Amino acid sequence: MPALLSHRLAVPLVIALVVVALSFALPSNFYLRVAALVWISALAVIGLNLLMGYAGQVSLGHAGFFGLGAYAVAVLPAQFALHPLLAALVGAVICGLIAFVVGRPILKLKGHYLAVATLGFGILIAMAISNEAWLTGGPDGMPVSRMTLFGWRARGAETWYWITGGLLVVGAWIAVNLVASPTGRALRALHDSEVAARVAGIDVARYKVRVFVISAVYASVAGSALALVNGFVTPETANFMHSIELVTMVVVGGMGSILGSVAGAAILVVLPQVLTAFHEYEHMLLGLMMMVIMIVLRSGIVPSLAALIQRRRK
Amino acid sequence: MSILAVQDIGIAFGGVRAVDNVSFTAETGQVFSIIGPNGAGKTTLFNLVSGVYRPKTGQVRLDGAEVTTLEPNRLAERGLSRTFQNLQVFFRMSARENVMVGRHLKEKRGLLAHLLALPSTLAQNRESAEIADTLLARVGLADYADTPASSMPYGALKRLEIARALAADPKVLLLDEPAAGCNPVETEEIERLIRTIADDGVAVVLVEHDMKLVMRISDRVLVLDQGRVLAEGPGAEIRSNPKVIEAYLGTHGTREANLALD
Repeated sequence: MPALLSHRLAVPLVIALVVVALSFALPSNFYLRVAALVWISALAVIGLNLLMGYAGQVSLGHAGFFGLGAYAVAVLPAQFALHPLLAALVGAVICGLIAFVVGRPILKLKGHYLAVATLGFGILIAMAISNEAWLTGGPDGMPVSRMTLFGWRARGAETWYWITGGLLVVGAWIAVNLVASPTGRALRALHDSEVAARVAGIDVARYKVRVFVISAVYASVAGSALALVNGFVTPETANFMHSIELVTMVVVGGMGSILGSVAGAAILVVLPQVLTAFHEYEHMLLGLMMMVIMIVLRSGIVPSLAALIQRRRK
Repeated sequence: MSILAVQDIGIAFGGVRAVDNVSFTAETGQVFSIIGPNGAGKTTLFNLVSGVYRPKTGQVRLDGAEVTTLEPNRLAERGLSRTFQNLQVFFRMSARENVMVGRHLKEKRGLLAHLLALPSTLAQNRESAEIADTLLARVGLADYADTPASSMPYGALKRLEIARALAADPKVLLLDEPAAGCNPVETEEIERLIRTIADDGVAVVLVEHDMKLVMRISDRVLVLDQGRVLAEGPGAEIRSNPKVIEAYLGTHGTREANLALD
């Protein structure tokens, strides 16, 4: 059993099981919709976790890529009559290219300096989106046309639950593949000691850019999915607060844990919904619970619990 | 021709010449040791040779080619590997994974194959893991393969770094105080290990404070003092060199030094 749990494919399998099991357990479309939002956030968070948790490079501007992906499926079909799937693909390629170009100079920076540089990048994207009103509808946002595939229209909470759940499982599968590959080892190595990684022959600058591009594509795909689910995009998808939210999900769930990415996304998406019952204390309670989680489970929910279970077993 | 030839290399930090016009050569199959009092510039010299620092003067030739300004990863491609005095271990990885990182340059590095876990990637992982296990056994760490490096003892981590460096199949291996902080048994193991590495056709360059170890194992010894070469030659010659003893212990230490070294 422990050998089974430590297998590379255990994590995407567990996520797939959760997606399937929840589809039976959730009582109404409202809950399915919330779950779909969790899957979408989790996808973006997995990408960001590859960058932050595994390679140790922070990004406070990742909502910029998320927003670009969202607006790609809004703008490209409206302006160029592109199919939404193709638009999402174009969005992902654009995000990858931007990450490649921006990543090279930015990722030379370390720690706080990298944080501020990525923050600036995110703000730039958010500003561009809300200022170019002729293209993006400005601060009011714009509608997203429904996706049709071979005459079949993707609509309804249940359909999107399965599409986003499927995306998440594929995203998790790709992430665990990467982590267990020579590239993944190179990323984790440069996180712990750049000088030792270089001496081992790793082109540190190139690998940092690689993981930055990969995480940007994850964010872009997640953004596209959110836009299609909501049928509407607003500049908030790209703004600073959303970047912070993504980083918080990574840290709360657990740096360097794919399962933790899903847990972090689930908590920060579901908790505010639950806490609405407390009306004006909602935000206070959310902040308090996050503080308690970080104090009690300081390496994030999933890694801390895993360590706890391991100690119990001994 | 020497596999590693360093000529008139030097660097200054804020006016202090940490390494000043140092030249030496290292030969395949031999152990070349660099000794000297604390602050003599031994580690700085290593950092210059391995590309971590850029020298202000002089040049480094590796296997006949000029490599003076190359980055460490480029030097690794040409067969130069090293360990660190202050441990540079990948603490969040297991011992096996640490050594697998050392295989990086020999691994297939197609990103798409990695993302999709194609059979070629899985086969590559298996091959690297097998080689890592062999190397861990060679340095006496077979039992630690699955242990996170963060929970391994200090002496084991020293040997882990050697295993990782060996994973790259280096032609030149720089070892920065591999026996520092190790007990006599571990030191003896490391001595045997270094000897076999050299016998396998690697040029070993060693910085070490344990004089007995250095004298037993070295084919030649270079003494650094305040960034400059004080003496160079076979161990027996070095240990009786009055300038060397003076640098270590002052003029009055000669008699004690002779006693200690015998």
